[in-house]
Amino acid sequence: MSALPDGWTMVVGLEVHTELRTDTKLFCGCANNFGDEPNTNICPVCLGLPGALPVLNQRAVEYAIRIGLALNCVVQNSSFHRKNYFYPDMPKDFQISQYDVPINGPGYLDLPDGVRVGIERAHLEEDTGKTTHLGGTGRIHGSDESLVDYNRSGVPLVEIVSCPDIRSAAQARAYAAELRSILIASGASDGRMEEGSMRVDANVSVRRGDDQPFGTRCEIKNLNSLRSVQRAVEYEALRQIALLEDGGTVTQETRHWDEDAGKTHTLRTKEEAYDYRYFPEPDLVPVEPTSEFIDTVRSELGPMPAERRATLVSLLGEPTDAQLDQLLSVVEQGLDSFVVAAVAAGVNAPLALTRTSNELAASGDVVATVDAQAVAATLLMEQAGELSATQSKAVLQEVIVNGGGDPKAIAKAKGFEQMADGALDTILDEVIAAHPDEWSRFCDGDDKLQGFFTGKIMAATKGQADGKAVAAGLRTRRSA
Amino acid sequence: MSVFDLAQQVRTKQRRAIDVANDTLAAIDARDNEINAFLHLDAETIRSQAERIDATVDAGGDPGRLAGVPVAIKDNLCQRGVPTTCASKILEGWKPPYDATVITKLTQAGAILVGKTNLDEFAMGSSTENSAFGATKNPIDPSRVPGGSSGGSAAAVGADYLPLSLGSDTGGSIRQPAAFCGVVGLKPTYGTVSRYGLIAFASSLDQVGPFARSVDDAGILFEVIAGHDPMDSTSLNAPAPDVMTTINDGVAGLRVGIVPELIDGTSDEVRDRVVAAQEALVAQGATLVELSAPELRLGLAAYYLIAPAEASSNLARYDGVRYGNRVDAPDVAAMMTATRTAGFGDEVKRRIMLGTYALSAGYYDAYYGQAQKVRTLIIETFARLYAQCDVLLGATTPTTAFEFGAKTADPMAMYYSDIFTIPSNLAGHPAMSVPFGVDGDGLPIGVQLLGPALSEPTLFRAAKILESEAGR
Repeated sequence: MSALPDGWTMVVGLEVHTELRTDTKLFCGCANNFGDEPNTNICPVCLGLPGALPVLNQRAVEYAIRIGLALNCVVQNSSFHRKNYFYPDMPKDFQISQYDVPINGPGYLDLPDGVRVGIERAHLEEDTGKTTHLGGTGRIHGSDESLVDYNRSGVPLVEIVSCPDIRSAAQARAYAAELRSILIASGASDGRMEEGSMRVDANVSVRRGDDQPFGTRCEIKNLNSLRSVQRAVEYEALRQIALLEDGGTVTQETRHWDEDAGKTHTLRTKEEAYDYRYFPEPDLVPVEPTSEFIDTVRSELGPMPAERRATLVSLLGEPTDAQLDQLLSVVEQGLDSFVVAAVAAGVNAPLALTRTSNELAASGDVVATVDAQAVAATLLMEQAGELSATQSKAVLQEVIVNGGGDPKAIAKAKGFEQMADGALDTILDEVIAAHPDEWSRFCDGDDKLQGFFTGKIMAATKGQADGKAVAAGLRTRRSA
Repeated sequence: MSVFDLAQQVRTKQRRAIDVANDTLAAIDARDNEINAFLHLDAETIRSQAERIDATVDAGGDPGRLAGVPVAIKDNLCQRGVPTTCASKILEGWKPPYDATVITKLTQAGAILVGKTNLDEFAMGSSTENSAFGATKNPIDPSRVPGGSSGGSAAAVGADYLPLSLGSDTGGSIRQPAAFCGVVGLKPTYGTVSRYGLIAFASSLDQVGPFARSVDDAGILFEVIAGHDPMDSTSLNAPAPDVMTTINDGVAGLRVGIVPELIDGTSDEVRDRVVAAQEALVAQGATLVELSAPELRLGLAAYYLIAPAEASSNLARYDGVRYGNRVDAPDVAAMMTATRTAGFGDEVKRRIMLGTYALSAGYYDAYYGQAQKVRTLIIETFARLYAQCDVLLGATTPTTAFEFGAKTADPMAMYYSDIFTIPSNLAGHPAMSVPFGVDGDGLPIGVQLLGPALSEPTLFRAAKILESEAGR
């Protein structure tokens, strides 16, 4: 990561939209399903047909409150407003959103390194439809035709607005990552940035020194991954600094992040900004959750990522820096329950963490349905020396693909018989005898040859040998 | 014949629904080329509904409270598969894929849905002259307007085509045409009748209500359409008011409030009839309470900010993208502009511009915000009045029906037609226009009864007395 030129600092606030994983949409009974055939989950309400009226989904209110509580927000009585502007994928040509009184007022989010980022608000609103522009430029201006899918129209969203407390691109990424973990942990959202269920906009400004007033900010849109959040914020801060150092001024505007080009460009200037003409939505009544209801939601909320990281730290005792990185990503991906279950079954914590952060994390979405007990049983076999590391990974792969299973049976089916006592010694001696030159160089201190011998032995044992036993065997023979 | 008796005859086969349907069609045929109350009417659909109702009776079933009773529907209520235009070119040819809740209730009550009636475009107007499909004429004097915006529904009952129709009232759009056409019209308490399927003009003010030849008939139709609807978030979570049980209980002991703000500015003939109505109620045991409420005069100005503001947002969806007429253009923004330019009439455009302006950054507080404060003031004023009386009695309209073109050149003069009716909409209260005599030209005069929220039973009791004393 590049640093900013001397004396410059950036000020960043993020606006994150997250779709709620309710069964139905915010104001009607249509299914809230990503990826269905276009325009199949629609009705008069979410199509904005004349005469149709919205009715608030109480489950969406509950999920919004979950997010608010997870972000330490003030949960309050709120109401809806209309945000008016014309756009073909918005069937009423206004969006029902919250304005002066959001359901969640001020709160905060603590980053894993302890930095606290203020949350200004987290409010409920409806999503728009999705437009696909075909032919020509492929954008709304200059395409040959545009197709609109209203399946997404009316899907519940919570928009989480941070305070301008973020001071680096890496911190912006860390905030987005931590928020994503919290959203998933709350059960209110699946946090899938690649499906657009979590979308990030960044407000970026720069100034010379922390005691200066905030500079003019630009809003960056189209940040579809954690990586693009970091890259775009970095690029935008540097762009603004270069502009100011050349004697120019930053214009307040909305900019589009082009992931391929690695650049932002102007989408619309302040002068072109919409006047949304917000006014109270007359078709809805105020949202007034009782304190009993809020308490119930609070009591049903599971542990948040910070608490779960602390659990892993306590299981590990004094984690190394590498282990801290591993547990951060394990919690971020919601995989920490595998570690906890394995340790509870008797697996040592470092092994449980390593296998989870490598093999399980690499397996994609299917991991969500994998039986943690089968994973634990596999790792127990490895720990007991019944499986080599290589064999253990192979068995784990099978467990993941099948969502579970009996690791002993899998090992047997794969022919992973435990090596007979003394078998490894024989093979070690044979391999050394077959490569006398390499062996004498190894004995003279050429440690690079450790890998050479390990590889030969693994090949000879078809991967059944335990790596640690091989290393120990080589060590004793070298010092003999 | 009363609606109650008609339904009873159909239920007992003394009269067949198909005969009622044919008689209704004949009455419409005989006169509606001149009056133009209907925008859409399909004889086959009407007859097939009637045949189904007769079949139910023949099978020993009860079609419902409105068995075989023909009802006309204002063309801003969605009826599945039936053209619904709001008298606007922008919706010409559109057929809703769903029924408004009131349509469902009428069908379940065994009514014959006769057709869609004319209105001022998107219910914006007081004469039906703003219909894109030609004005409706007043059946009492076809040189005059029937009032508006529910002019077609008022004229259909006034012309005696049928006993009942539905309208909607945002600032007087049921009561004013009821007064002009000599029929009973009720704007119910906001939230008692579902708005689901009523094409919105101003959501916080709109309410569906009945037109009828008599107070009893209006009461039955009101009871049929009222009640909580989970599809309308603003629907009251309370049992619908029962008006028929007490409708004949009279007005003995009723405190009738008289405020100059609901009378001043009327023609002498209208004023005389309001005074006569006061006397009629007193003769039956009511007492008069003289009060004053200058704040009510602010209602008109507040209304003409709030209603257009909501309308500017409600009517944004007519953009040519999904339904209705589209005027093609090179890009989306140009298509939307061309569609709206061609599709909306002058009054609709005027109100969209007014409302857009009132909500704009920098003007919101001075216009929309201020109007909302006035609205609160009017609610408080009514609360003060109703601490001292049970109902208010005044005029429905400043004058009787005016001639075509009399006010089209001067929108403010047209808006002034609603001066007495608007306050009840702003407060969400019920109000009713009851025919009470005629002027020197034989044109009907309506008097208006106003009450606090859910006071419909009281209003109907008083209306019933006025109806019986109208000849005084």
